[in-house]
Amino acid sequence: MSISTDIRVTSFAESLTIQRRVVYALVLREILTRYGRHGLGFLWLFLEPMLFSVGVLAVWKLFHATHLVLPLAPFTLSGYATVLVWRNTIGRVIAAVEPNRALLHHRNVRVIDLFLARIILELGSTTTSFLVMYGALMALDLAPWPADLSAMLMGWGALSLLSASLALLVGPLATLNDSVERVWHVFSYLFLPASGAFFVVSALPMRLQSIALWVPTVHCVELLRQGIFGRAYHGHYDLGFVFTVCLAVLVPGLYLVRYVQSQVEGE
Amino acid sequence: MIRIEHISKRYRMRFGFHEVFQDLSLTIHRGEKIGILGRNGSGKSTLIRLLGGSELPTTGKITRSMSVSWPLALSSAFQGSLTGLDNLHFICRVYGREPAPTVGYVAEFAGLGRFMREPVHSYSAGMRARLAFALSMVIEFDCYLIDEVIAVGDAQFQQRCREELFGRRGDRAMIIVSHMPHIVAEHCERAAILEAGQLSEPLPVAEALDRYAELSQV
Repeated sequence: MSISTDIRVTSFAESLTIQRRVVYALVLREILTRYGRHGLGFLWLFLEPMLFSVGVLAVWKLFHATHLVLPLAPFTLSGYATVLVWRNTIGRVIAAVEPNRALLHHRNVRVIDLFLARIILELGSTTTSFLVMYGALMALDLAPWPADLSAMLMGWGALSLLSASLALLVGPLATLNDSVERVWHVFSYLFLPASGAFFVVSALPMRLQSIALWVPTVHCVELLRQGIFGRAYHGHYDLGFVFTVCLAVLVPGLYLVRYVQSQVEGE
Repeated sequence: MIRIEHISKRYRMRFGFHEVFQDLSLTIHRGEKIGILGRNGSGKSTLIRLLGGSELPTTGKITRSMSVSWPLALSSAFQGSLTGLDNLHFICRVYGREPAPTVGYVAEFAGLGRFMREPVHSYSAGMRARLAFALSMVIEFDCYLIDEVIAVGDAQFQQRCREELFGRRGDRAMIIVSHMPHIVAEHCERAAILEAGQLSEPLPVAEALDRYAELSQV
């Protein structure tokens, strides 16, 4: 039986099939290496971010004011879940190449596939845990049925796209230079208060509002919350701006991925 | 056919650039068996990685119109925390082969039995090497890259490896890289010598061995 693994004769569609196959194989492999098959195994994929959210919710509940305009639980969850999306996606991509370098011996496994597999896995797990958590809050009567489901999903989708784009820029940079990882850690902490997760734009003073809207994640969180809480939330968002940022980081990002591919050394 | 045209490869080192070779050209036809002789550090493994496509040349072009294997029996291409079975599944998924019919073959050939379901890091070096070789036989290629020869397992296992590779797959192209002349002599019709960043024209194997012997004496 002969299986062609030729690249010279592959069309774009065939290449796409190969890439899908490779990324799928990498995602499954990643789940196994990270979570193993013992005990709760791959359930940790969802439990990990969930536990985190529950912890944060509990802390907020303990220390926070009792009278709030917005229901506390869905506000906190929608904030914290968005942090997990960009922080985990970018954080995981930073160490995507080094431990997997040996796999590059298989010609169809490219650097971009290593990045994509981790991005997909991280977006998948944070999305699932958010949906499950939100469902649980609804069941406990702590959160409303989303006022505008499509807006909610669009906000989440825009955030996912933004995180993936940023990951494809930070990933190759971190592969080329180790200090990127350390800078990213510091930056991700400093960026936390500015990310939009823990404030409402319309409640900010005017001057701060215009500054906050320079941060692309803020737009995504605002749209997400508008979807949850409805028009009364007065979300400030501009998806055009978010997509422009995505494009602006994707273009150099993909060039860098290609550069990393040309530089990468097997083991 | 694999056609290498005027490739060079250099690596960035602390002291600057290290150029492994310059202006290297070679053509391998379907079914052809070519040996590459070179001393340690002459760039044989680099050449294998470029042929396999896991690294790209700094300049020049490589075109392949046949499928090329990963460097044969390479155990580092597998993941220690995964089981032998997981690694088999991974390889099958990457190359688009149905894993189920191959499981029995790999378990039997590598002599792993129930260890197929244990993590690879619990294997002995011999088991690991046998698994690596068995996995290399799961996917069929037009051209096999062989970096130093399979000195895997005991005499009986080596005999089986030879049967699988040179017997059953005797019609395929092979590129055998070695610093041991007798291995190249045994399996190749022609051989080229890699020395000081230059690759000689492929010569009839007897001639190549003489040249290589002269070089080694200097």
